[in-house]
Amino acid sequence: MVSLTALATATYTDQQRAIRNSRATRMKTELLRDLKSLLGDAAVLHRSEELLLYEYDGSVEIARPTCVVFPRTTAEVQRIVQLANQYQTPLIGRGAGTGLSGGALARNGGILTVFSRMNRILDIDLENQRATVQPGVVNSDLSAAVAHAGLHFAPDPSSQKACTIGGNVSENSGGPHTLAYGVTTNHTLSLEAVLPTGELVRIGNSALDPTGYDLMGLFVGSEGTLALITEITVKLTRLPETVKTLLAVFETLDDATETVVDITARGITPAACEMLDGWTLRAVEAYVHAGFPLDCAAVLLLEVDGLKEAAEQHAEDVAEICRKHHAREVRVARDARERDLLWKGRKNAFGAVGRLSSTYYVQDGVIPRTKLPATLRHINEIGTKYGFQIGNIFHAGDGNLHPLILFDARDQDQFRRVIAASDEIIKFCIDMGGAITGEHGVGMEKDRLMPLLFTEAELGVMSRVRDAFNPDGLLNPDKIFPSKKGCGEIHIRSLPVRGTAPPANSPGVPAA
Amino acid sequence: MSPAGATSHSRLADLVGSSRVSVEPEQLASFEIDGVRPSAVIRPESKAHVAEIVKFAVLDKLSLVASGGRTKLNIGLPPWRYDLAVDMSALNKIIAYDPGDLTLSVEAGAPLLNVSKSLAEYGQFLPLAVPFLRQTTLGGVVASGVDGPLRQFYGTARDFLLGMEFVTGEGISAKSGGRVVKNVTGYDIHKLMIGSLGTLGIITSLNFKTFPLPSDPRGFVARFRSAAEACDMRARIAKSPLTPITLEILSPRCAELFSSEAASRFETAPMPPNVLSPTEWAVTVGYAGNEKVLVRYEADLRRIAQDSGATNVTVLAENLNAAWTRKREFIPIALGSSPAIVIVKMAVLPARVNEALSAAQQAAESNSLSWAALARGLGIIYFVLLPAAQDDETRKRVENVTNAMHDACEKLGGQSTIPYCPAAWKSNLKIWGPQNPGFPQMQKIKNVFDPLGILSPGRFVGGL
Repeated sequence: MVSLTALATATYTDQQRAIRNSRATRMKTELLRDLKSLLGDAAVLHRSEELLLYEYDGSVEIARPTCVVFPRTTAEVQRIVQLANQYQTPLIGRGAGTGLSGGALARNGGILTVFSRMNRILDIDLENQRATVQPGVVNSDLSAAVAHAGLHFAPDPSSQKACTIGGNVSENSGGPHTLAYGVTTNHTLSLEAVLPTGELVRIGNSALDPTGYDLMGLFVGSEGTLALITEITVKLTRLPETVKTLLAVFETLDDATETVVDITARGITPAACEMLDGWTLRAVEAYVHAGFPLDCAAVLLLEVDGLKEAAEQHAEDVAEICRKHHAREVRVARDARERDLLWKGRKNAFGAVGRLSSTYYVQDGVIPRTKLPATLRHINEIGTKYGFQIGNIFHAGDGNLHPLILFDARDQDQFRRVIAASDEIIKFCIDMGGAITGEHGVGMEKDRLMPLLFTEAELGVMSRVRDAFNPDGLLNPDKIFPSKKGCGEIHIRSLPVRGTAPPANSPGVPAA
Repeated sequence: MSPAGATSHSRLADLVGSSRVSVEPEQLASFEIDGVRPSAVIRPESKAHVAEIVKFAVLDKLSLVASGGRTKLNIGLPPWRYDLAVDMSALNKIIAYDPGDLTLSVEAGAPLLNVSKSLAEYGQFLPLAVPFLRQTTLGGVVASGVDGPLRQFYGTARDFLLGMEFVTGEGISAKSGGRVVKNVTGYDIHKLMIGSLGTLGIITSLNFKTFPLPSDPRGFVARFRSAAEACDMRARIAKSPLTPITLEILSPRCAELFSSEAASRFETAPMPPNVLSPTEWAVTVGYAGNEKVLVRYEADLRRIAQDSGATNVTVLAENLNAAWTRKREFIPIALGSSPAIVIVKMAVLPARVNEALSAAQQAAESNSLSWAALARGLGIIYFVLLPAAQDDETRKRVENVTNAMHDACEKLGGQSTIPYCPAAWKSNLKIWGPQNPGFPQMQKIKNVFDPLGILSPGRFVGGL
């Protein structure tokens, strides 16, 4: 609050500013009062120390919300939307906060609506292989709930033990096994959602081919800019009869990438085809003790699955291709324990890297698989040029890269160089015929890169689609679309030291 | 076209060249949609042409319908206005094909058959075993949203379309998605275009993921006394570890349709004998793989069929194509069997197929209409009504049946439409099914892409 003395001595402009500030403070007080009376005191956070956790997600972005609310019902979500309209306050949806592009951060303040209390599985229909869930249901909880019937929810982001299905739908999340099984949009059938206007809508249908425009196709992956999702119906996929997990060890990066090119070109689609370079591998091994070799240049973690007779054949084919490209060793997991250990190494990789550096920047570019060897070589050159260690751990089978650049966030110069290096990587991906994000989303991290792929007219069409559902821009503003302030502007502010663990609000590790 | 038509034509000719604009009556007739004839046919040769044409149409307030092989223009309602037919057949090139990456970029007017030949040289294909295969273009497949038997394993175009370029109703050249197999950069606008019948934009090029051709495909057909038993086999397969590439249930009448004169137009090789029976339902399963996989499938399927009460089973190998082509061309074969065919598409949950079939059967039979049905294992039913005449009395009975089917489908939590019926009946039948709760949201989409309503006006849901 501004004191009266201060007001008296202020210039006219300062006086105006003070009035505006006090009006904003009063508005905020009233908004909090209304939210508390709607949701109860325990479901509204607004003190500075309470908000701290919600400034983060899994990316390097930081943004403080005005308040954080935890609705329990769709009706409460609708009321929150009404209040956001009444107070003209931005509204941002959030699941577990494991996202990697700042999608679930309140970029310029606002009501952060966290769905963690809407976490019930509403219906499981084993006969039709469908499940209906609230958005806050944790990804792996759904798979666990249907495992007894031999089913699972196929999208498996590395953060699956923490991330929510609502978040998966908003980001169209991928994961290692999406190579064969497809991403979230291929497994989502219908939604109940609250539009920023307060209107409750149902789109899609639990049966296939809903009549009319494919609104599901639009809403899944819209990064929370079109609606707040309150209910989701997904497909459940039968677990394969046989799973074969292979670890192929290579002496050079090129041998590993050429192997991926060859596997793809021969038309073999493994269930997963992940690559970890030697540096990342050593970081992971120190943390997870999965038995990864410490003295190699790269490994491929390959999985083939399906009918026993098919999986066995594919495992042989894949192993043979690895050997042809000079794999020094092809290890086959003997049992579920060995398999889990290998995957633990992969899925905890970002956490492992987090032990080495307080901050890292992870990119998500995608390239045609045939360009993998050239691109990996180029990324290494960029690392050398800018003086960074770049780790590579990624979905090689999809051509979805995750170069990880370690840096010290306290050093502004380093920070600038990280951004420059990472932009150079992304531009190379685009030159290769690729895209800027394969699964992490644009969010507030890559919005400024959008003009590299889309013309102004194309972005105009996309933003009009957003405006059709989110006309006042109240819902998740300043995401996806570049601000008019000019391309290339670095919007990430100076970063506080985070300590050695991933942010406390993400109980697992960020999605990869 | 308005009295200003003649001037319009000459200006159009200036825009794209006179050889690309036609007002020949025969030409115009061949672009008719449900008896609505365009005033001119224009054949663009590039995306830039398409954009120019749309901008021209905006200024002159003309409406356009783009088409490729013109095999599915009867889906939906007739356009309420149809000035220009945009013939996309000249945009027929493969823009880029990277067999090593299994990705393909093609112009929208490219015939599926030609593209398939190019892919086959590398042992690859697009899993679009759609009806009208011989005439269809890729743009047409996507814009009409038709499906085919391979969706059981590969999904529909929605699952392997990576991106597209299109021109909006304001003449804006735009794109969505990309050429890489995994991509979340921006909204998936290309998904909106699938099945939108050209009401949101004119698709100019498409990017797809390609797939290795399945080696050594086989077919397995089991016959049953009842639909319930056939549906039981479907359910057992779904619970098994088998992942067949096709899975369908055929009604008894399919035996006759598949050996009809109409069928021979699509497939000269005769239907293998004794596979189908005119008195029994059939489950058809397609699968592929190495020798061991084939042995395993056959053994498992025999056991499953027996458990479900099959009266007869057949394994198809070298004679597979003759049967599979007929199944793929089920819709055109049915349409060719009489002029008054009505095909209802019912989408229900997979385990509700039996109930949907029996409701439809009951409605048809209580209105004295013969029928045939093909149900995909994933819950999509094509229910064909085979009326003997096209008079008003027949139309009324068809109306009763289709309304009953819409109701039944809605009660089962599904949705239904009538993609094919005689043009004259379209004003009476609920082509797009009952009132669609998503309509207000669809209107918003239409307003973004085609605010003037000049693209295929009126053909889509609710007259969009």
